[in-house]
Amino acid sequence: MMRRMNFTLGVAAAIMLSTAALSSEIAPEAVEFTDEGITMSLTGTPGDPVEGAKVFKNTGLGNCLACHANEDMASDQFHGDVGPALDDVASRYDEPLLRAIVVNSKTIFTDETVMPGFYSLDVGKNVAEKFVGKTILTAQQVEDVLAYLGTLKE
Amino acid sequence: MKRLLIAGVALAAGLTAASWSMAEPVDDTLEIDGKPMITRAKAPEGMPFDEVLSGWLYREAETRDLERDTFENPGMVPVEDGEVLWSKVDGTAGKSCATCHGDAAESMKGIGATFPKWDADSNKPINVELQINKCRTEQMGAEAYPFDKGGQNELTAYIKHQSLGLPVQIDLAEGDMQSWWEQGKELYYTRTGQLDLACASCHEANAGKFIRADHLSQGQVNGFPVYRLKSGFTSLHNRFRGCIRDTRAEMPKAFSDELMALETYVTWRGTGLSVETPAVRP
Repeated sequence: MMRRMNFTLGVAAAIMLSTAALSSEIAPEAVEFTDEGITMSLTGTPGDPVEGAKVFKNTGLGNCLACHANEDMASDQFHGDVGPALDDVASRYDEPLLRAIVVNSKTIFTDETVMPGFYSLDVGKNVAEKFVGKTILTAQQVEDVLAYLGTLKE
Repeated sequence: MKRLLIAGVALAAGLTAASWSMAEPVDDTLEIDGKPMITRAKAPEGMPFDEVLSGWLYREAETRDLERDTFENPGMVPVEDGEVLWSKVDGTAGKSCATCHGDAAESMKGIGATFPKWDADSNKPINVELQINKCRTEQMGAEAYPFDKGGQNELTAYIKHQSLGLPVQIDLAEGDMQSWWEQGKELYYTRTGQLDLACASCHEANAGKFIRADHLSQGQVNGFPVYRLKSGFTSLHNRFRGCIRDTRAEMPKAFSDELMALETYVTWRGTGLSVETPAVRP
């Protein structure tokens, strides 16, 4: 009896927490860019580097290896070279700048960059119906990728 | 600050490119059955490149070898199917292509190098696929081939193959070709889809680089229909649609005005390259 109550309470608490996390999530249109990049976490929930590595690699999510080489993933073949290699990227950029690059790199580089905005609705024409109004990654996936990028430090 | 960052990115990109042995198109020459192919040509005026390069130069040695040898080239099987269709009677008029056009080696020579061309009847550019359909419906009393079906790609490849080696040279002075070229150019540089990429993002700004194992070429169309090692015999409009889908955009219909404009413009971008149909690509 006691155990069941504890369990129920635990689930209720977890639901409340996740609701809280959702409500503090910043919508793509509301993201604030400063000179330093994006200083605030998009979710308030710390990113998980293990999840971030999965998102980074997944060809339907970040698909980052398509364009960027990453020695940390040397066991995966054929890294692209459209963008710079990401080895030691965390020494080269602070987290707020990295966040801005992942969210919408056009705000940091130029409009000419070919890097997609992973948490942006400022996208190309004729977006396929199933992607209309949707970002490539969720806010938490962006935070997870950032946590992973933070580990790429020599 | 911004400029510094960009310089850093450029430097890093340069270093990465240098670490790839195959980052640039190869220095190699293509001869098919003793016929020399033009795989490098001086770019037409108005092109952002100095030189237009066949996609063949961006392929691995084994893939390049497959195209060198017509016995090895898997794209020659559909071309031979197309040869059979050339003489096959179809439709209420009891005609085949050969009934009117005789020996394709003579009558179709040059067609693959000069299409798309202006079609006064439809007041639009016409490509080989649509010209076949026009003949079928207006001369043969046969049904138009549906996109990618019924032998459309085989017959198109057979006809284009009769121009093997001839340099691409379309006539923009005919009819309204120039305005279709303009529309095609506009589309070439328009970013589409959730990934926000234009044709130019990959095939102009990043030609020579790699997306995973894919070596980005200039996106020339002088070898279509092509034999793709990963997906078989592939028409040009199928390839256009696939690229656009990959940007996560809605795909325009095959032979739509948009894709006919794009075909006109992209064909022009390959001016001077030999027709390679059926080219072999990864």
